[in-house]
Amino acid sequence: MADRYAYYPGCSLQGTAVEYDISSRAVARALGIELIEVEDWSCCGSTPAHTVDQLLYGALAARNLAIAEAMGLATVVAPCPSCLVALKNALAMVQEDERRKELNELLELPFKGELQAKSLLQVIFEDVGVEVLAQKVKKPLKGMRLVPYYGCILTRPPKRAQFDDPENPISMDRILEALGAEVPDFPFKTECCGAAFGLPKRELVLTLSAKVLEMAQEVGADAIVVACPLCQQNLDLRQGQINSHCGTYFELPVLYFTQLIGLAMGFSPNEMGMDKHAVKADRLLEKWQEESRG
Amino acid sequence: MEILDIGFIDKDFIKAVEQESGQEISRCYQCGNCTAGCPLSFSYDIPVHQIMRLIQVGQKEKVLRSHAIWLCATCETCTTRCPCEVDVARVMDTLRIMARREGMVSERGIRRFYDAFLESVKRHGRLFEVGLLLRYNLQRGRPFADADLAPKLLGKGKLHFLPDDIKGIDAVRGIFERITKKMGL
Ligand code: SF4
Ligand code: SF4
Repeated sequence: MADRYAYYPGCSLQGTAVEYDISSRAVARALGIELIEVEDWSCCGSTPAHTVDQLLYGALAARNLAIAEAMGLATVVAPCPSCLVALKNALAMVQEDERRKELNELLELPFKGELQAKSLLQVIFEDVGVEVLAQKVKKPLKGMRLVPYYGCILTRPPKRAQFDDPENPISMDRILEALGAEVPDFPFKTECCGAAFGLPKRELVLTLSAKVLEMAQEVGADAIVVACPLCQQNLDLRQGQINSHCGTYFELPVLYFTQLIGLAMGFSPNEMGMDKHAVKADRLLEKWQEESRG
Repeated sequence: MEILDIGFIDKDFIKAVEQESGQEISRCYQCGNCTAGCPLSFSYDIPVHQIMRLIQVGQKEKVLRSHAIWLCATCETCTTRCPCEVDVARVMDTLRIMARREGMVSERGIRRFYDAFLESVKRHGRLFEVGLLLRYNLQRGRPFADADLAPKLLGKGKLHFLPDDIKGIDAVRGIFERITKKMGL
C-alpha cells in the first residue's frame, strides 16, 4: 500500500468545514495513511475561476500540484470534490503541449503533471478497502440508519472522475455498512444541493436541498452522510432557513463520512468535531449508545 | 411557444464556441436528455437542450444573454447523460466566459459573487469566507443577509475574522496579473 500522500485541504476545510479536516486527518493517521500537507497551498479557484478563464482556473490549481511535485509526492488527496475537480482539470490540461507551456509561464515552480489526484473517499475505499476498515472497527455504528449523499461531481462525469458509478455510487454505502450502520436505499444520492449558489441565489439552494432532506426523512434516516463541504453547508447550516422557507420541520444531522469512520474506530464525538454542526447529532449519538449497550 | 425568427446565422459564433469548448456542437440531435436531468432547469429561461440548438443556429445574443448559462451549477449531469458524448457542462462554461467577454452577463449578482470570491483569493491566496460574505452582501446593499447563520458558526473555530495571507501570495497575484494582461483587460 502506498501510504504517503500529499494532502490538499482546501479553503472550506479551514473554515466552515473544519470538522471535515479534523476528522480526515485523525482517521487517515489511524488507518496508516500519511497525509503531508501541500506546503503553503493556495485556493484551487473552484467554480468562480472557470467562469472567467480556463487558464486562470488551471493555473490556480496547478500551483498546488507543482508544489506537491516538488515535495516528491505522487498522489494528491483532496477531501473536497470541488477542489478535486480543479486539480484533475489542471492535470488534464498539462497533458496538452501548448497548455503545458501556457501553464508553466504562469507558475513559479515547474509543473510536469506526473502525479495523480484522488478524493479521500477514493483512497479509503480503494487503497485501504472496506475489509481492512471493518477490521479496525471498535464500536460498530449499531442502530444508526444512515443515508449517503454523494452530490453531483464526486463521480461525474465518469471519464474525469474514474471512480465509482456516476448514477448509483456505492463507495460510501459500503463503507458505512462496514462500520456496522444500517444503510437504506437512497434514491437522491446524486441529486444537486444547489452548490455554490447559497449567497447569490439562496432560494435555489433552499428548494433543491429541501428535496434531499425530504427524501432522507422519507426513508427513515437518522442522519445524512456526505463527502462534500458545500453539500454539508447547504443541508446543515441552511437547514433552519429551509424550514422557514418551505414550512418544514427537518432536524436531520448532516455528517462527514470521515466523522463516522472515526466514531466507529473509537474516537470520541468531540475528537471528531461532532459538536460543530448547526443541527446537533445528540439524539443520534444517544440512540447509538443505547443500542450498543443493549 | 415562442417562434424564433432566426434571421442571421452567426457562423463565427458557432465556430468560437466549438473551438473554445473543444466540443462538436453539431453532434447534438436534440434528444432532450440534458434538460430532463438538469436539476436547475426549473429556474432556467431557456432549457439547456435549447441552448444547444440556439448555438447550432448561431443565435449569439440570445444564448449569451440567457440567464440559464449563469444558473447552471456545473453539476455535470448533462455531460454524463448525453448520448452523443457532448460535454454540455463544458459548453455552458464556455458560454459564461464568452458572455463576460462580450459584456452580455444577465445574472449580475452571480457574476459579482464569483468576482468577490476571486478578489479574496487574489488578496490572500485563499478564500477568506467571512470577508467574501461581508463584501458581497455590502455590495448588493444587504449587509445583514444570512446574519442568522453567524450564531451557528460562532465558537466552533469556523469563522476567522482576520485573513491570513499565504507566504507565496505574490505567486498567486502574479497568476492573476499575467492572465489579466493576456486577456487584454
Ligand atoms: S443530451 Fe446531448 S444530444 Fe441530447 S439534447 Fe442534450 S446535448 Fe443534445
Ligand atoms: S451542468 Fe448545468 S446545464 Fe448541465 S445538468 Fe448541471 S446544472 Fe444543468
